[in-house]
Amino acid sequence: MNRRFTWFNATSLTLGFVFLYLPILLLVIFSFNESRLVTVWAGFSTKWYVELFQDEAFLDAALVTLRVALLSATIATILGTLAAVVMIRAGRFKGRTLFSGMIYAPLVMPEVITGLSLLLLFVAIGIDRGFWTITIAHITFSMCYAAVVVSSRMVTFDTSLEEAATDLGCTPFQSFIKVTLPIMAPAIISAWLLAFTLSLDDLVIASFTSGPGATTLPMKIYSQVRLGVTPQINALSTILISIVTLGVLTASFLTRRAESKRKADELLAGS
Amino acid sequence: MNISPNKKPSARFAPWDDPAQKPLVRFGNVTKRFGSFTAIDNISLDIYEREFFALLGPSGCGKTTMMRMLAGFEKPSEGTISLGGEDIADIPPYKRPVNMMFQSYALFPHMTVEANIAFGLKQDKWPKQQISERVEEMLSLVQLTKFAKRKPHQLSGGQRQRVALARSLAKKPKLLLLDEPLGALDKKLREKTQFELMDIQEKLGMTFVIVTHDQEEAMTVASRIAVMDDGKLIQVATPEVIYEYPNCRYVADFIGDVNLVEGRISTTAEEMVKLSWAEGQGDIDISYKNGCSAGENACLAIRPEKVHVTREEPQDVDNKIRGVIHDIAYIGNLSTYYVKLGNGQIFRAQESNRRRLANREFTWDDQVWLSWRNTAGVLLQK
Amino acid sequence: MDRKSGRFLLIGIPYLWLGLLFLVPFFIVLKISLSDIAVAIPPYTPTFDLSAGWGGFTKFLSELDFENYIWLIEDDLYINSYLSSLKIAFFSTLLALLVGYPIAYAMAKAPSEWRPTLLMLIILPFWTSFLIRVYAWIGILKPEGFLNQFLMMLGIIDEPLQIINTDTAVYIGIVYSYLPFMVLPLYSALEKLDGALLEAAEDLGCTAIQAFWKVTFPLSMPGIVAGCFLVFIPAIGEFVIPDLLGGSDTIMIGKTLWADFFSNRDWPLASAVAVVLLLLLIVPIVLFQRQQERAQEAEK
Repeated sequence: MNRRFTWFNATSLTLGFVFLYLPILLLVIFSFNESRLVTVWAGFSTKWYVELFQDEAFLDAALVTLRVALLSATIATILGTLAAVVMIRAGRFKGRTLFSGMIYAPLVMPEVITGLSLLLLFVAIGIDRGFWTITIAHITFSMCYAAVVVSSRMVTFDTSLEEAATDLGCTPFQSFIKVTLPIMAPAIISAWLLAFTLSLDDLVIASFTSGPGATTLPMKIYSQVRLGVTPQINALSTILISIVTLGVLTASFLTRRAESKRKADELLAGS
Repeated sequence: MNISPNKKPSARFAPWDDPAQKPLVRFGNVTKRFGSFTAIDNISLDIYEREFFALLGPSGCGKTTMMRMLAGFEKPSEGTISLGGEDIADIPPYKRPVNMMFQSYALFPHMTVEANIAFGLKQDKWPKQQISERVEEMLSLVQLTKFAKRKPHQLSGGQRQRVALARSLAKKPKLLLLDEPLGALDKKLREKTQFELMDIQEKLGMTFVIVTHDQEEAMTVASRIAVMDDGKLIQVATPEVIYEYPNCRYVADFIGDVNLVEGRISTTAEEMVKLSWAEGQGDIDISYKNGCSAGENACLAIRPEKVHVTREEPQDVDNKIRGVIHDIAYIGNLSTYYVKLGNGQIFRAQESNRRRLANREFTWDDQVWLSWRNTAGVLLQK
Repeated sequence: MDRKSGRFLLIGIPYLWLGLLFLVPFFIVLKISLSDIAVAIPPYTPTFDLSAGWGGFTKFLSELDFENYIWLIEDDLYINSYLSSLKIAFFSTLLALLVGYPIAYAMAKAPSEWRPTLLMLIILPFWTSFLIRVYAWIGILKPEGFLNQFLMMLGIIDEPLQIINTDTAVYIGIVYSYLPFMVLPLYSALEKLDGALLEAAEDLGCTAIQAFWKVTFPLSMPGIVAGCFLVFIPAIGEFVIPDLLGGSDTIMIGKTLWADFFSNRDWPLASAVAVVLLLLLIVPIVLFQRQQERAQEAEK
């Protein structure tokens, strides 16, 4: 097969990745700028980071966001896994089409509509808006993503493993806990990570469903950004980008190592 | 092992024996390297017009690289390849009068059978009328007229194979390359298709080069076979010669079943050598024309079906050895007897089962005689 | 716990959650879109009062009307918003395809040991905050931003270009943000392509470029269609990009809805806008669904 890049392919990849990464790179570089002007370099400084960590409003927003994300990702993963089991395993039942429609629809729904409709629900039943309404809203849309991630893995799951467990004396519930879940674990973990990032990222739905006293980080960033580019936002962005990059790189490193270890084991076993 | 039926009973087709004939394809000292790996090692080879030429060898022997160089997908690192006397090294695949039938068939999944066959003709800007006539003709040649409007995924494996054949034949190439053309078919269908291929080749009078790892297939279809190993040509000859007169152990072993008896040449006479092979056993007589000298190490290669098994000591035979039946492999039409000789070597002899099993002459642990004529085997030197 | 009630619970919990928090809210949106704006909390009328019994319910129904929808048709702003959303989504999808195809093609043709890395590099931006990625472009596109500095340094322009707060900036933002959605399906379609097909095309007389247009391109069609839908559908309802990068004359429906809701506090009108937007999206969503099903059939 191909052992080298052709000239054309190397150029399109280079241009493509420059387009994707240059904006982020500039953002990161200028978070260390001395000057308040974010587009003119005036020397290295970390003062915006220091300022950021002294800004209580930002710290509060970060705390709210983190709590919402942790809680909503966890519940969304549980519900999403249940939904995936229903979609793949439950066979036919009344309202199955409606059910899978409700799983897939939020994926393509404009955020403004999801946000608006949830807000109107909360108003209609008279719940005070704040931390809990944001969390519930986030659970609702990210559980659909979680369900899709888990079910795409579950489709390829070999059911004879569960049958073997039942044959060896497990109840169906036990075999699910002891056999299915451990094998599904990587998919469930990535579902959780996806739900967590979605919650961390969300601006529109949180803006609709939050109330006084509950401001998430994206909402805070948005209100600042509307006023213009500030080095503080650059610093905050850099921190968030580093966390995500580190997380993704670690995860992919771990899966690749597990993969190559598995391959090496298979080779050893085969020889 | 079936020997290829004699395809040209009247005038023997053997342009390779005629020095006046010009080859269609000539490989001149071709070497092909991929990085530090040498896939083809200094090969020279002529292929003549109207030949059905087989490149035979195990996977990784370089046979596919030979074919890909003919098609134009690879360039030789050294040496020349000429087609009809013209060096084709710098002609890209799309300008060569050579077409290829791919191992995976490579049928375009988004086009109908018809469109697949017409593809190359459209590319050559044939007039519309002629294209449809040619497609028609090709479809009836491979008996797929009814399936013209189907897409490849709506066809069986055998039908796909025939579409691929029709597509590669449509442009009337000077040379058709077939890369393991029957590899994906089951055994029965493969045998039937082999004869279809031969018929088509004969009918169209075209030159075919086939790549295969299946020795029976090569024996059946080919006018000549090139046995390859490790990037080198080992023997190039007709199927009969390859089978009856292999020029080395590798070829003898690769094509069909063979008994190899190691020994040392004790005496040489005119067209006859004696091979001493074990203590206390008589020498083996082997008819041999080329020169060799006494004391040389050599080896007898003899096919199991050339060896007779009898209970009584045979008279009027050139060679005979005593042994005990160690094992019998019954495969219906034939039985192979594994006979243990005095020195412990196992010798295979094959007899056709003209009688029913119950009346079989021999059974396990019977004392038997093996015998064969001195022209039945070949002497392999070194 | 017996099996039957276990199964009931298993299906029931996610079903109930989605029904209550996804389906019911839509009916509420529909209902409020038929209501009138009011200076009250909540800011619409009528509200449904359970204590009034059946009489209250019929009175409630009689007060609903299509006034907001009529307003949507009569006021140019809304028609223009929908049309301009469609236009912007369409052209940015086209642009994303033009930018994404060479990238996906090069990835699929890359040496196989490179591919996991390239794939990760495409997915990585998707995990970083959308808002931050859009924000990054403000610094690049504004009059004293990096792009203008760069172009002036090269001497291509003398005066800074006004890019931020125009439709051009919105196009750039959408292409940038949704590029991974375009590249991934394209890549998976191109990667599946059997190299022997291209060799067969060359063998039958195609140059490399002809082989691309006759074989590679048509066979990557499922990827093209999927990628285009994945960019087009979310781009229509986009709010953040037109709000941060677009100007005051960049009107997109997501932005209009947001303004009606937060600035004008006209909840019934915002709901009507949402209902119409949803109707607008049903066509591409259903088409996309069909295409996905067909692609899955073809896999088998």
